[in-house]
Amino acid sequence: MATLIKPENLVYQRPEAFTEFPTHYCPGCTHGVAHRLIAEVLDEMKIIDRTIGVAPVGCSVFAYNYFDCDFVEAAHGRAPAMATGIKRVLPDRVVFTYQGDGDLASIGMAEIMHAAGRGENITVIFINNAIYGMTSGQMAPTSLPGMKTTSSPLGRDVEIHGYPLRMSEILANLDGAGYIARRSLHDPKNIRMAKKAIRIAFETQVRGLGFAMVELLSTCPTNWGITPLESLTWLEEHMIPAYPLGDYKVAPGVAEIK
Amino acid sequence: MQKEILIAGFGGQGVLFAGQVMAYAAMDTGHEVTWIPSYGPEMRGGTANCTVVISDEEIGSPLVKNPPAVVALNLPSFDKYENLVQTGGVVVVNESMVDRKAERKDITVIYVPGNEMAEACGNRRLLNMVMTGALLAAFPVLKMEDVKAALKAHLPAKHQKLIPNNFDAMEKGFAHARAQLEGIPA
Amino acid sequence: MPRELLKGNVAIAEAAIRAGLEAYFGYPITPQTEILEHFARRMPELGRAFVQAESEVAAINMVYGAACTGVRVMSTSSSPGMSLMMEGLSYIMGTEIPVVLVNVMRGGPGLGNIAPSQGDYNQAVHGGGHGDYNPIVLAPSTVQEAIDMTVLSFDLAERYRTACIVIADGSIGQMMEPAELPPMQPVKRKDWEWATNGAIGRERRILSSIYIEPAEEEVANLRMFKRWQEIQKNEVRYKEYHLEDADFVVVGFGTAGRVALSAVRTARQQGIKVGLLRPITVNPFPYDVLDELSKRAQAFLVVEMNMGQMLNDVQLAVKGRVPVEFYGRPGGVVPFPDEILSEIQRVATTDLQVVSDPRHAWYERMVEYLK
Repeated sequence: MATLIKPENLVYQRPEAFTEFPTHYCPGCTHGVAHRLIAEVLDEMKIIDRTIGVAPVGCSVFAYNYFDCDFVEAAHGRAPAMATGIKRVLPDRVVFTYQGDGDLASIGMAEIMHAAGRGENITVIFINNAIYGMTSGQMAPTSLPGMKTTSSPLGRDVEIHGYPLRMSEILANLDGAGYIARRSLHDPKNIRMAKKAIRIAFETQVRGLGFAMVELLSTCPTNWGITPLESLTWLEEHMIPAYPLGDYKVAPGVAEIK
Repeated sequence: MQKEILIAGFGGQGVLFAGQVMAYAAMDTGHEVTWIPSYGPEMRGGTANCTVVISDEEIGSPLVKNPPAVVALNLPSFDKYENLVQTGGVVVVNESMVDRKAERKDITVIYVPGNEMAEACGNRRLLNMVMTGALLAAFPVLKMEDVKAALKAHLPAKHQKLIPNNFDAMEKGFAHARAQLEGIPA
Repeated sequence: MPRELLKGNVAIAEAAIRAGLEAYFGYPITPQTEILEHFARRMPELGRAFVQAESEVAAINMVYGAACTGVRVMSTSSSPGMSLMMEGLSYIMGTEIPVVLVNVMRGGPGLGNIAPSQGDYNQAVHGGGHGDYNPIVLAPSTVQEAIDMTVLSFDLAERYRTACIVIADGSIGQMMEPAELPPMQPVKRKDWEWATNGAIGRERRILSSIYIEPAEEEVANLRMFKRWQEIQKNEVRYKEYHLEDADFVVVGFGTAGRVALSAVRTARQQGIKVGLLRPITVNPFPYDVLDELSKRAQAFLVVEMNMGQMLNDVQLAVKGRVPVEFYGRPGGVVPFPDEILSEIQRVATTDLQVVSDPRHAWYERMVEYLK
């Protein structure tokens, strides 16, 4: 057994951009996958030492513990504003925010819209799991019609609560956006496509091509109240039809990277 | 020594600039000075005023309730400040836009046909300088040469060509007020 | 530098630039908009960062981000906008990073008006954001002081890793006075041991206001208080006028303080032994100076352009030894010297009692005065 552990047999290891800190996420949650994809991209681009992350308020509030780079912790929804402040004084650093749907699409709507509108040269990773995780299961701006949450116990009634917000489609309309894409984390193929998109989103920043955001459809087995496996199926069957995958904005300069 | 001047009129009559010229002259002659405008919605098309306080020591309040000198460029300003000027104080009135005489007898009032005099100097926008000249005759807190020097020193380069007209307007206003003070018919 | 006739708002902006300001984030609001406008022109021509944010909420968080990198950064606003910044201020204080803010206060509460006011004393001094924190708060009364305190704010903010708030009011912002700007300092990026500016060749750093363990947050609160004690010991600033032999002491900050000075001078001419204490740092507050004065003065008169906010701090210092009276003009009204003179005369000639809230009697007098 021990003889198998050799460098040439190594097929999987912790990215260097990760610390050794164990994550606090629930079993089956896709935050871990999203984190790993970012870390792999930072490693591949060899930019970890000049990257500054901006953590949100939400389940990923402790994201700063997991990435081996400088990190700041924003107020709820304000990560794009904080990232703006950092990027404007340190334009040669790589600045990214990591935000959930409540953070980005509800309380932080003004900040994300205007950061994109200004063409702020930052990268945003947007985790859309259609629910508030940290406060344990309330309705998010991206919760689907009919979806039961602790604050929509009879299901999201669009007559009362309105309709879900499709952030990629909205932000793609802004001239400042360089790259806007939606991907999903529900199976290996889609995870690989998600990583490609994250790479492009960071390349967009490094090349000064404007605002970049990758929306990642994610699961929340704990608050959805189903198993991790069922969650992946539910995502595929219910979320993807509501939030179609694809590239929503690819500015001319970004198209060349692809 | 501390003296206060309040200048009031419609926006566009050069009220704030007239006060600034005197503030510059006060500063350049080594005095302490404050210039404070009315600001905000009342400036947009309405009345404007500014208060200039000139002193030899640290200035306390930049606003005064009962100034010793008032320049009123229109009727609403005259209506308001005739009552507030100190006993023994001076009001210089633009009679081109004020169709009444002062009611108070305990103040000196100088009537200046400011609009017409400004036109005669070549530009109706010289109204504020005509009135400044008249004020200096009636309320000699600053010397005419010092105010002229301040105007020359602080007027933006693109307006420097207007200096002779401004001087002329000030002198005419001064002479008009002096004549009135000495009882010479205009 | 020669004396120039400068508008308060412009002077504040230019002073910050000369103190090495690297980034400004703000949102237009009267009566401080000239500050933003001055930066809008000057910062880009100097190659420094200027962003007109989408709101004061965003502006303060841009400030928060830039401050984490260790550069000199500021925002400015007026009362309603400052209220929106209180969330960010609390985070900044919790993260212990240097930031400079200027509040050109206007009449309130609510939308209020745009006239000069001191209604945000408590918001600045006693905390407008959540949690326990103590920013340094400076209150200029002249354009020159506004310049000097803006420059000083950057030094103090960095020395103590804290927010430093300059509370001016609309009249200081809009007024022109002769003043001297400091010479232009080059931008100096200091290599702070806490700044998150990219972990190149060093261990990574985290800046956060999270202490998820209550015991750790308690320790953080105590650490911040210890720093505050240092500030209280070292940084109290005030100006005294005619206090050597004063039987009566007027206390006022900012514009109310300078208006009171006019009244004090006239009262002196009338033979009343009255002096003025004008706090320049309202946080830390000159408690000790007032404590000493209360041992020899017969009464105090607190003058503010609000409903009586600094009043409580004066009472705390005087400890009930002698009466503390109050005169205020809230809502954007600036008092004239003659009003304060009447109050000085009243205080000097009336047999006053020590009461816990002198505002009740003041209210009755105000109702009478406004009739």
